[in-house]
Amino acid sequence: MKNSAEIVIIGGGISGCSIAYNLAKKGVKNIVVIEKNYICSGSTGRCGAGVRMQWGTEMNCKIAKKSIEFFENANEILEYKRDVEFKQSGYLLVADTDKEVEQFKKNIEVQHACGIPSRMLTLQEAKEIVPYLNTDILKGAAFCEKDGFLNPFKTTDAFYQAAKRLGVEFYTFTEVTDIKVDHGKVIGVETNKGNISTNIVVNATNGWSKQLCEMVGVDVPVYSERHQIMVTEPVEPLQGPMVMSFGLNFYIQQSLDGSFIGGRGDANEPRDLRMTSSWHFLEEMAKTIDLVLPTISKLRVIRQWAGLYNMTPDKQPIYDKADNVEGYYIAIGYSGHGFMFGPITGVVMSEMILGEEPTIDVSMLNLNRFKTGKLLLEPSVV
Amino acid sequence: MDENTIICRCSDITLKEVRDLISEGYVTYDEIKRITRIGMGPCQGKTCGQLVMREIASATGQNIKDVKFMTNRPPVVGVKLGLIAEEGKKDEK
Repeated sequence: MKNSAEIVIIGGGISGCSIAYNLAKKGVKNIVVIEKNYICSGSTGRCGAGVRMQWGTEMNCKIAKKSIEFFENANEILEYKRDVEFKQSGYLLVADTDKEVEQFKKNIEVQHACGIPSRMLTLQEAKEIVPYLNTDILKGAAFCEKDGFLNPFKTTDAFYQAAKRLGVEFYTFTEVTDIKVDHGKVIGVETNKGNISTNIVVNATNGWSKQLCEMVGVDVPVYSERHQIMVTEPVEPLQGPMVMSFGLNFYIQQSLDGSFIGGRGDANEPRDLRMTSSWHFLEEMAKTIDLVLPTISKLRVIRQWAGLYNMTPDKQPIYDKADNVEGYYIAIGYSGHGFMFGPITGVVMSEMILGEEPTIDVSMLNLNRFKTGKLLLEPSVV
Repeated sequence: MDENTIICRCSDITLKEVRDLISEGYVTYDEIKRITRIGMGPCQGKTCGQLVMREIASATGQNIKDVKFMTNRPPVVGVKLGLIAEEGKKDEK
């Protein structure tokens, strides 16, 4: 292991790999990424794989739109020898209350102002897209055909490989045990495999970000919450878009290999770092599918797993540097959408670290916003 | 057994693909799984698991008993979602 680095990034998910790639592309030498397990082993590799632009806040819309534009050309830009498997088959959002239909309409105004091609659908139109959708229980729907899904493992691998070619060093199965600060400045990182002196540390650990912030005395208003997903046996193509509902609390899409991948949240989850599977999730998920998409309930579930959402009070990420510790940067708190924002996370964090003009002004996603209490709440998260 | 032998019947992964990944540095079952989908199909690694672990062991000089398999996740066998929903509703009554 090296004993010094220009920049140490902690976390080998999409965020860490994308930040490393963007910094290296801008010419920074001597970048190290530390990952306590293997690449993509945390929140990224456990996510639902969907990427959408149908958000309710301008900031989330802007970041999502830029990220999707990147995904459209990811294989070429990152010169990836495999395929990130990006498929734009849309997100069909469905509402079972008039209140949620109104929220869709408000969201679409924000989306249109950002140039996102979303639209309201009649229930008849929704049924034409997904014929087995039980519209009897629904009030309305929204659709964006440019939303879609891609393979989180391969997308992260593409950033990882590209960063490695640019000289970034990755230390996997290496756990950060402490971050050293002297006179208010970052001076190094201690791991279970050795120490690295550095003046810049980037916390890109999402689910574990609070613990990493505590090491340097930076207070962040985030907590981690287990979210679970299940996958069925693969079958012939049945469903184009992701079907998602905030009110009914679920999302489900059919992946390229033919299996259906679906998840839901649970407001009663204990706020800890557990990533075990629960039977309760499977039962609730099965009941929802049986009600909304009865055809899919004929399929067998073959596996379930869990990952961590790192939640902020407004359900938007935090991109900032610490006020009280020089050289400590944070890119955390994605509230369940860190994978889909990955490409832009790398761009905006590399610009912030190098003091460059930002591609997207993300200054309102600073850490201090939670102190002022003036929050724009993202209404659309499962 | 030639290199075109399929060792993952769920996802049609060949021995060559596994060996190539190992030589690229993907030397744990979990990493190979995430790139190839090996162990993610209906068999959940029951067919391919030992074969992949043997390849990792021989390429890295480890004893196969020291090679870590992926996390075993529920359910043990595929269960129809409709059945789970039906049983779940009974509990509500």
